[in-house]
Amino acid sequence: MPNKIDYTNGLPDPSKLKEEILAKYPRKVAKKRSKGMVINDPAQSQEIGANIRTIPGIITQRGCTYAGCKGVVLGPTSDIINLVHGPIGCSFYAWLTRRNQTRPAEGEPNFMTYAFSTDMQDENIVFGGEAKLKDAIREAYDMFKPTSIGIFSTCPVGLIGDDVHAVARDMKAELGINIFGFSCEGYRGVSQSAGHHIANNGIFKHVVGNTERERTGKFQVNLMGEYNIGGDAFEIERIFEECGLTLLSTYSGNSTVESFAYSHTADLNMVMCHRSINYIAEMMEEKYGIPWIKVNFIGADSTAKSLRKIADYFGDEELSAKVEEVIEREQLKVKAVAAAVKPKVEGKLAMMFVGGSRAHHYQDLFTELGVRVVSAGYEFAHRDDYEGREVIPNIKIDADTRNIEDLVVSKDEENFRDDLVAKKAELEAKGYEFKEYKGMMPDMQKNSLVIDDVNHWETEKLIEFYKPDLFCAGIKEKYVVQKYGVPLKQLHSYDYGGPYAAFGGAINFYKEMERMLATDIWKLVDAPWKNEPEIVGSVTVDA
Amino acid sequence: MRKIAIYGKGGIGKSTTTQNTVAGLVEAGKNVKVVGCDPKADSTRLLLGGLAQKTVLDTLREEGEDVELEDIVKVGYGGVRCVESGGPEPGVGCAGRGIITSINMLEQLGAWDEKFQLDYTFYDVLGDVVCGGFAMPIREGKAEEIYIVVSGEMMAMYAANNICKGIKKYAQAGGVRLGGLICNSRKVDNESAMIEELAKRLGTQMIHFVPRDNMVQRAEINRKTVIDYEPNHPQADEYRALAKAIDENELFVIPEPLEIEELEKLLIDFGIAS
Repeated sequence: MPNKIDYTNGLPDPSKLKEEILAKYPRKVAKKRSKGMVINDPAQSQEIGANIRTIPGIITQRGCTYAGCKGVVLGPTSDIINLVHGPIGCSFYAWLTRRNQTRPAEGEPNFMTYAFSTDMQDENIVFGGEAKLKDAIREAYDMFKPTSIGIFSTCPVGLIGDDVHAVARDMKAELGINIFGFSCEGYRGVSQSAGHHIANNGIFKHVVGNTERERTGKFQVNLMGEYNIGGDAFEIERIFEECGLTLLSTYSGNSTVESFAYSHTADLNMVMCHRSINYIAEMMEEKYGIPWIKVNFIGADSTAKSLRKIADYFGDEELSAKVEEVIEREQLKVKAVAAAVKPKVEGKLAMMFVGGSRAHHYQDLFTELGVRVVSAGYEFAHRDDYEGREVIPNIKIDADTRNIEDLVVSKDEENFRDDLVAKKAELEAKGYEFKEYKGMMPDMQKNSLVIDDVNHWETEKLIEFYKPDLFCAGIKEKYVVQKYGVPLKQLHSYDYGGPYAAFGGAINFYKEMERMLATDIWKLVDAPWKNEPEIVGSVTVDA
Repeated sequence: MRKIAIYGKGGIGKSTTTQNTVAGLVEAGKNVKVVGCDPKADSTRLLLGGLAQKTVLDTLREEGEDVELEDIVKVGYGGVRCVESGGPEPGVGCAGRGIITSINMLEQLGAWDEKFQLDYTFYDVLGDVVCGGFAMPIREGKAEEIYIVVSGEMMAMYAANNICKGIKKYAQAGGVRLGGLICNSRKVDNESAMIEELAKRLGTQMIHFVPRDNMVQRAEINRKTVIDYEPNHPQADEYRALAKAIDENELFVIPEPLEIEELEKLLIDFGIAS
């Protein structure tokens, strides 16, 4: 067993580690990476370099703009045909990889199990692919009769200049269904984050507000930035239903385009993954006057806190009573499992490098188990996700950001909710916080190492230094980390587990941590090359 | 076999000069192939007596993979084997990628097989080298000699200098060399002396000065090269001379492109008729 650093008096100062990591880089790279690594001090406001280009040659965790648009935001929506315009690999390798689950209503379609692609060939690159795209749309329509089709541009589409938006307009007129395109070529931004923004813009422009819906509940809400990995949304939906909240639409776990279309009739938007979806929340507030609040349903205590915040917003006694009743009942079950698991895992060390909000949200679950998070970071978040929304006015708008359209939104006079604006003002006067996200860094311990866009070199150095008991990231990191004898939990796909959201999810996560952490199995195996050389040979040196 | 690519500013007369020169080589008993690398597919018109050529890319599109060499190579004036790469309509797709696809296809089909006993292949490339695809003929040893068609007009000289940058880039990796500048006269002041000086500064030569003559235009209207249309005209001799100069050329260099200031000074020094 390697000797561990003593953590009883707080986390060790990782300055030397940071120096060692940077020493290996060329001067300019070191300067850039240094800004992306912050030794946290929650008492101070510190700046981190985020949402900037990855340096070529570095093995990054990041994905591409297309992945963020097609895979993340529109991927979990069941009633739309997501047609990828490009070579087949872009579609095939983005097919159902995120474990987004869905439960379409009786008789409703589910296109998520299909991979749709125009399968571009050399010929389509040379002569343009618009004709083939039109044919593909007609073919998909004839076979499945969907009510909407989304077109996703892959890299070559932007290079040869196929106009997917013009094709969408033409085909919309021809087929009479909603068809819209996304210029989400993989290279459009520094990471998948650009794709989230492009997807938000597209949905807002082409879908939100298309249909009206009669009120079906007293408290109508949308949940944003929840993607139903491993069934998270199902668990949240169960809780909402029991509390008496009417969930109109989720962006976009277990969702339909149909529900996006009337989601502007909600009384409140709740933002979970701030990074991927704050754009729509902001635009809906400008256009329809619907306020938004930040929530988090990862962690039982966070779930309880979020539910209370929703109840406070509506200020309805009956709702508040119901919420308290659900929290009490659920927490009883949660606390029982926590009490059994916590003694076995308390004091263990975890680090996580994932997403644009998960690395923050999951810290709540670890806190509930007494597991210490020594280092964390996001793949594609911006400074506001680290430091809080108050830094937004100070974020430098670089050329990469300008490359993505910022929609100009104006007030919808007919549907604007003056009543909600008044409600917001009234609550704000009482100290209730709207559109507020304080970011990950204030919630982390002093001396924890915050790293943006971590790479494999840094990962290896981190493992050597902290000797963590658990590493949370994705499939690209999984096996490298495990070869170090450190178990890795995937927080993108949850490996084969989940749900981990809300109360039931917390119980699942505790049990998963017990399974992964309360075992010595990882310390008992040694890599074979540590004991026996891989290659045996002899060398003759001529004198 | 010598593999030659002709570059130069758009509209400078690359296709016309190439075909007329090829006619001169053919007359001298050489076996030549011309590959047009322009989506307009007009590089072999004078050798074939019209735009009768079906392009490689059109054939590929219509026939699928089942393409025969005979479908895309047409024999023209004096046995010249003519190929047009072709490409998309203006404003769509990727013409550069088209050239790559097309040259690869020709190679796979054995267009340069020993049995054709070719002495020369000419690649006639569109305008400036705007992207990687148009540099295909000078990459990977497709062409080994480059001739740049130029005139005494400023933009033509700018373009020639730019093309030299492209050649320099690929010369270091592959074997491509600059064989010389062909001056296709626009009757500007001190044209011959200026281009000779430009050639000298680039480290190459002006291989021939082709005077401006309306006979070229007349032959073109009749879909013929000058040698074919009016073999006894003095302009025909100019192309014969150019063909001979290329055939006997031994000066192949990696060019040293000029700085913009240097190029502009050259224009001022020579461009103002004294």
